Amino acid sequence: MILAWIIIIPLTGGLAAWYSGRINRAWPRWISLISLMLTFVLVLGLWVRNPVRDFSNSGATWLIEFDREWIPQLGISLHLALDGLSLLLLLLTVFLGIMSVGISWTEIRERVGFFHFNLLWILAGVMGVFLAIDLFLFYFFWELMLVPMYFLIALWGHENRRYASIKFFLFTQLSGLLMLIAILGLYFIHGRATGIYTFDYMKLLGTSIPGPAAMWLMLGFLAAFAVKLPAVPLHTWLPDAHTEAPTAGSVILAGLLLKTGAYGLMRFAVPLFPGAASDVAPIAMALAVAGIIYGAVLAFSQTDIKRLIAYTSISHMGFVLLGIFAWDRIALQGVVMQMICHGIGTGALFMIAGALQERIHTRDMEQMGGLWSKVPRMGAVMLFFALASLGLPGLGNFVGEFLVLFGTYRVTIVMTVLATAGIVIATVYALWMVQRAFHGEGREMRSVPDFSLREMALMSVMIVLLVWLGLYPQPVFDRGREALNNLQKSTAGTFRVVPDNVLRVSK
Amino acid sequence: MNAADIIILLPLIVISAAAVIVMMTIAFYRSHVLTSVLTIAGLAAAFIALLVISPMAPRSVTTVLIMDGYALFYIGLVIAAAIAVSALSFDYLKGRACNQDEYYLLLLLATLGACVLAASSHFVSFFLGLEILSVSLYALIAYLRVSERGNEAGLKYLVLAGASSAFLLFGMALVYARFGTMELAQVAQNSGAEKDLMLFTGLALIIVGAGFKLAAVPFHMWTSDVYEGAPAPVTAFVATVSKGAVFALLLRYFTVVDIRNYTALFAIFTIIAISSMFTGNLLALMQNNIKRILAYSSIAHMGYLLVAFLASGPLAINAVSFYLAAYFVTTLGAFGIITILSGKDRDADELNDYCGMAWQRPWLTGIFTAMLLSLAGIPLTAGFLGKFYVVTAGANSALWPLVIILVITSAIGLYYYLRIIIVLYEQPEHEGPGPMLQHVTLTGHFVMTALAVMLIWIGVYPSPIISIIQAAVAGLK
Repeated sequence: MILAWIIIIPLTGGLAAWYSGRINRAWPRWISLISLMLTFVLVLGLWVRNPVRDFSNSGATWLIEFDREWIPQLGISLHLALDGLSLLLLLLTVFLGIMSVGISWTEIRERVGFFHFNLLWILAGVMGVFLAIDLFLFYFFWELMLVPMYFLIALWGHENRRYASIKFFLFTQLSGLLMLIAILGLYFIHGRATGIYTFDYMKLLGTSIPGPAAMWLMLGFLAAFAVKLPAVPLHTWLPDAHTEAPTAGSVILAGLLLKTGAYGLMRFAVPLFPGAASDVAPIAMALAVAGIIYGAVLAFSQTDIKRLIAYTSISHMGFVLLGIFAWDRIALQGVVMQMICHGIGTGALFMIAGALQERIHTRDMEQMGGLWSKVPRMGAVMLFFALASLGLPGLGNFVGEFLVLFGTYRVTIVMTVLATAGIVIATVYALWMVQRAFHGEGREMRSVPDFSLREMALMSVMIVLLVWLGLYPQPVFDRGREALNNLQKSTAGTFRVVPDNVLRVSK
Repeated sequence: MNAADIIILLPLIVISAAAVIVMMTIAFYRSHVLTSVLTIAGLAAAFIALLVISPMAPRSVTTVLIMDGYALFYIGLVIAAAIAVSALSFDYLKGRACNQDEYYLLLLLATLGACVLAASSHFVSFFLGLEILSVSLYALIAYLRVSERGNEAGLKYLVLAGASSAFLLFGMALVYARFGTMELAQVAQNSGAEKDLMLFTGLALIIVGAGFKLAAVPFHMWTSDVYEGAPAPVTAFVATVSKGAVFALLLRYFTVVDIRNYTALFAIFTIIAISSMFTGNLLALMQNNIKRILAYSSIAHMGYLLVAFLASGPLAINAVSFYLAAYFVTTLGAFGIITILSGKDRDADELNDYCGMAWQRPWLTGIFTAMLLSLAGIPLTAGFLGKFYVVTAGANSALWPLVIILVITSAIGLYYYLRIIIVLYEQPEHEGPGPMLQHVTLTGHFVMTALAVMLIWIGVYPSPIISIIQAAVAGLK
């Protein structure tokens, strides 16, 4: 039941925040904060009460489960389940949720109640995605998080918000519907073969599907996840949406919504169709590498600071895609690490960009310059997260990227080498960004307030986390190990990790 | 005909009696309140009668009507929708410079026609029901005689509906000439799978007649003008009751025949479905009038329904019935909002009328948003499950091209729903209530809230209604 509460609390909190906004402007913020804190406590409680265990003997998959009938006529149930992977992502979700409420404290001044309603409902949807293991329920949450995100961009966004929000919505909605068709295809294939019509992930796992059908169904899932991730030819919604969204929206988009795509690939696309997934693995990895380099090169040539950060996301998520399709033990650990650190690091960068815009009313780096002397604290924090983004050893992102490359190396050398080039370009754009915004000749402008105590507090937490993850990532590995083992076990023998036989080194 | 036959026809008889009573009352004493109360009471009584006689079903009453679970379900749906429309109409008509009372009489008659269609098992009842429905609608659409567009809409509907009835009759005549029977079941039995030009022509002509009522492409030309010109509650009625009843009949007939045995008819329906989905969604993109947008969206929705219809089989019947139930609630809700916000001189149907509505009427805006999201098929609403059900039915019968077109066009459709929603939440340019934001009475609030609750209930916990539908349509094989 605790899993259901994790979703119910933000949902009701959202409704309460909306309503309270009509009475007092401050209330929605406090209500959101309190309900998220409550959720955070619940998730932490799950972490503490479920110590890392060894499942390999017991055959169990989940730490805890919640299973109720919902629409029995169609074989749909309210089936939520938690394993190490979902637990890590839940923590990330609630954490970034709290950060988003914090960073919006002064930025959002109008329609405060409705803003927080949307914020909390997105978070509920995202957590639902991480917990649902009934495919219908998964799709339900997948769609549920879109509408409030659309509102967030369309109502509180910047100049070009209308275009960006509709583009975002159409991309994700269309690809989501393709996934729905694939889900139904799987449902009927499984139903015809066994006589049991069900959307339950655990029962659908291991359905034997004839080759071409499996490929089509896998592509349906891949469409939805590759758009969300985003993988390169399907990424065009991302720079617009991230740039135009309000700060909290950008943080959630980059920090969480992209992760749902990666999570979907790991939990559903590959384990359900291991054969088809391994067939497309070479292409997917090539796209991943293309994304890494393309995102980095384009980031380098941006003048809009939020757009720059958005393109770095494409680059970073390329590593995630690469690691997933390498489907290697170490690479997958790296993927999880990369997801968490990218969520925190990019979230922080967007928060700084948002704070800058709130103060000097521009995102154009040509208009900035010389800010360091005026706002030294912002400069220092920005430098820190820029270094994290370029993968400085000692910070979390380095661990993630390194492990992905390490794991991928065992599968394909060519891709690994090409991907490494992305890290080099990352150094250029990250430092370039700091240099253009904070150093050099400054424009004449009236005094700019530096980070307030509230903002410094938020930033410090994120800095501490990244350093901690960089120096002592072991708890994350321990948490993720069993879950990842289970995922790999479900594809054992069918996912052939041989994108290029010639270049493969020893196992 | 014996006593049991009369008893099982009780719902229809109650509606007829209510019509007579309303007519008599008007003759003696004109009172808007009294008439509307009598109408709603009559409809409610019919609904209760429906529940009372439901254990007796199924039963054929002569060869003309059949009261089986399927018919009862659709009659119930029609009556419930009629109750909602009458309740919404009260505020809409109040204080208008016209006789309000006859409106309810016509509404009752139209409802009766729709109920007959749902229970029809014979060409005679098919045609009778359709004509009772249509003739009442001619008058209802042009009811506000001061409105130019209303008169234009009424006339348009009259001419086109008349023509389509002629097609229908000719089709029936051909089929009768071929088999010498007008019973749907016998026609279906005789027709078999043989290639028969006369039968085919007859059926095709019947499809033209039915297609007109459904406003499926290419018989959709009247839709946007009639939707726009008719009084908002009447539009709601046309969009739900009249379409739902015809679809119920169509489904009943083609379930017996199994449409997939007829390649040519199957192809015709496929083309109609595809072109409805595309035309509806694409033309809706270009409108600025909410009623017109909803008109085109309804064309698209008929296309979606036809996908499930073509899937055929038990799952498809369930899907169509569920979709129609969800569609009824949603459409009534959407037009209900337009109805209760409409002023005396014109309906609140321009997009601009709704600019910034969220900051003056948060509750109604929330409901309107939910209705639009339901039309778009977004989770937590009935429309989401409806669309899911339809796609499921299509996938079950492996109609992949149709399903994929459904998906693509519904993604296009999102654009115009979102457009309306964004207007609702925009910061208005000027302060104070907009010109079209009328005072909304308690009745209006109540009806809308009830519809919204149903919408969410079906969307979140559909299991009971699915059970009802499964039980109701089980007899239809």
